[in-house]
Amino acid sequence: MDALLLQFLNGLDKGSAYALIALGLTLIFGTLGVVNFAHGALFMIGAFCAVTLNRILTLSHEVIDETRTDFLGNPLKVDVPYVYDIFGEATGAAIIDWSVPLAILFAIPVMIGVGVAMERGLIRHFYKRPHADQILVTFGLAIVLQEIIKYYYGANPIPTPAPAAFTGSFDFGAMIGFEPNTIIYPYWRLVYFCFAAVIIGAVFAFLQFTTFGMVVRAGMADRETVGLLGIDIDRRFTIMFGMAAAVAGLAGVMYAPITSPNYHMGMDFLVLSFVVVVVGGMGSLPGAVLAGFLLGILESFASMREVLEIVPGLNQIIIYLVAIVILLTRPRGLMGRKGVMEE
Amino acid sequence: MFGLNAKDTRLLIIVAILTMLAPFILNPFPEGSAMAQFNAGYPDLMQRFVIFGIFAIGFNILFGLTGYLSFGHAAFLGVGSYAAIWMMKLLTMNVIPAIVMGVIVAGLFALVVGYISLRRSGIYFSILTLAFAQMSFALAYSVLTPITGGETGLQPKVLDPRILDGPLAEGATPKANLFGLTMSSSYEMQVGGWLFTFNVGYYIAAIVMLVAFYLAIRLFRSPFGMMLRAVKSNQQRMNYTGLNAKPYTLAAFVISGMYAGLAGGLLVAMDTQVGPERMFWTASGEVVLMTILGGAGTLIGPVLGAGAIKYMENILSKINSDILHTWFAFLPDGLEDLVVTLIYPFIGKGWHLTLGIIFMLVVIFLPGGLVEGGQRIAAWFRGRKAKGSDKDASGTTTEPAE
Repeated sequence: MDALLLQFLNGLDKGSAYALIALGLTLIFGTLGVVNFAHGALFMIGAFCAVTLNRILTLSHEVIDETRTDFLGNPLKVDVPYVYDIFGEATGAAIIDWSVPLAILFAIPVMIGVGVAMERGLIRHFYKRPHADQILVTFGLAIVLQEIIKYYYGANPIPTPAPAAFTGSFDFGAMIGFEPNTIIYPYWRLVYFCFAAVIIGAVFAFLQFTTFGMVVRAGMADRETVGLLGIDIDRRFTIMFGMAAAVAGLAGVMYAPITSPNYHMGMDFLVLSFVVVVVGGMGSLPGAVLAGFLLGILESFASMREVLEIVPGLNQIIIYLVAIVILLTRPRGLMGRKGVMEE
Repeated sequence: MFGLNAKDTRLLIIVAILTMLAPFILNPFPEGSAMAQFNAGYPDLMQRFVIFGIFAIGFNILFGLTGYLSFGHAAFLGVGSYAAIWMMKLLTMNVIPAIVMGVIVAGLFALVVGYISLRRSGIYFSILTLAFAQMSFALAYSVLTPITGGETGLQPKVLDPRILDGPLAEGATPKANLFGLTMSSSYEMQVGGWLFTFNVGYYIAAIVMLVAFYLAIRLFRSPFGMMLRAVKSNQQRMNYTGLNAKPYTLAAFVISGMYAGLAGGLLVAMDTQVGPERMFWTASGEVVLMTILGGAGTLIGPVLGAGAIKYMENILSKINSDILHTWFAFLPDGLEDLVVTLIYPFIGKGWHLTLGIIFMLVVIFLPGGLVEGGQRIAAWFRGRKAKGSDKDASGTTTEPAE
């Protein structure tokens, strides 16, 4: 039982990432009808926002520290980040320590900017072209984006630590009445799951309870009629694209401490996220979230030792296997709507 | 000739001449000159040109004719490669059984994958094929290690049974051959400053490619090819006329998979090793890039695309900043550094960036790929010659010549 619970928890953080990316993909598909293969690149750019903010905050200048000397007896030169000068040493150190959560604030405007630029600059011209063309051009864009990141940040993963308060693990099992030391769970993964839940909740609330969200939902259902009512639906869809980019970017920012950002992390996640979207049902937001968590947790269960003894290698293929079975038995995915991408 | 009309015959003959004379054509610069690094006439690269040409021709039969975008074609290449290497380990180092087995096994695998994947179309089909390819990759990487060699892959070993071959001479390593003619053996010809290499493996691969190309032309022109095009343009109407599209698309899928298996078998025949990374989805993405870049749905396009990408991968990636500095040495110092800094991100390790940009430009502005680009330039020249006296001429010549 405790082993099952542990695997369930382990599946949550990956599932959260799948759910967030799939949610963004579905938003874009549902509003603009575009299959965005560059969505993984947005996730990756988000992760690199965290790296960039960390680098900006640790920008330093050299100060000669008279109180300490190096082994030759000369005064030691110390790198002092500029934030120390501005906020004082204690606050400065805390700011650097908390660079990943702070990067959320930094990433939101950046990602919305990138998203809007992408939609206005490129994807807008592909609404009337076949889906295959959309896939191809965004696939090309993904290559370009990841190569640009590779050029500036190098090909190696860049470790980006979580704040010191959240490093390490805690005994989750003991807290809910299991034997101590059976369910050890890292703090940051719990943070990630809560963060994902908040973001997903916020997106749904935004769509459900604001006028803007209502118009967008109306546009998703019948774009032409909303346009005829005198609403500039295109502009709202552009903003939704920016939001979807921000969701993917935030998923990436918070994922940076779990997997050190590297330039191809987006593509690795994208392939799986597409499977998630298709399993959830193209164009269904709840379906994307549900399938994201479901597949993340299934993957985690499949990597249990007891399972692998019966079916070796299942953890490697479970997601694809589930996708194949779902697509063949329920062509629209778990919660797909009728008439979406059925041609 | 061979049941082709005059235009197709001309195309086939031109391609045949180009591939046969490739060691000359691809080596235009003398050995040791500053431009020698642009020479692509060395056996390893020329083999890749034709083998990936076969792969792309096969992919084009599926995507170009039926419009089904498979994102998992590398799986068939990989399966073909594994089948071929096992023939070399168990039966003989002769390449013929290896290649034949590669084609058969890849075809059977494509039959299974296609039967399931073709129940869906559009993006669902793409995801299904991707899922199958990623599963094959993951399995080859982990559980199937006894068959695939896992991460390290497979190559023929001295102690393998090879029941048809006699025992190896002492200290000899097994080499791929065709009835004793080793694949890696070459004849080198020195003419002035030029060094031309004629490699046995290349010529075998090139002949296979020509046969594959000829078959593809026949397929494109056949009633069967017409049926596949009908699937692409309007599958619903085809259903209404009482035709079932499924057997046609499945046949196209299997043929396309067999081409991939043929390419996989040839890759093993040239370079006797195989690893699972050959099946990774980036490899599937690469053949998509090749076909689109050259021109999907055209005959010669995929071959051109495969050549262009392999050329960039092998030549562009070798240029480094020192070489750039020597090229632009004639410029004033500051300007030289500026030019080198501007160009540097696009070459060497950054060649993928160039590829991505070119690919995007092609998809946006030239949906017909390099072939359409060539036709537009040709039409433009013809239009200038005619001085607008015959306006219809330019209109008719821009039709894609498949």
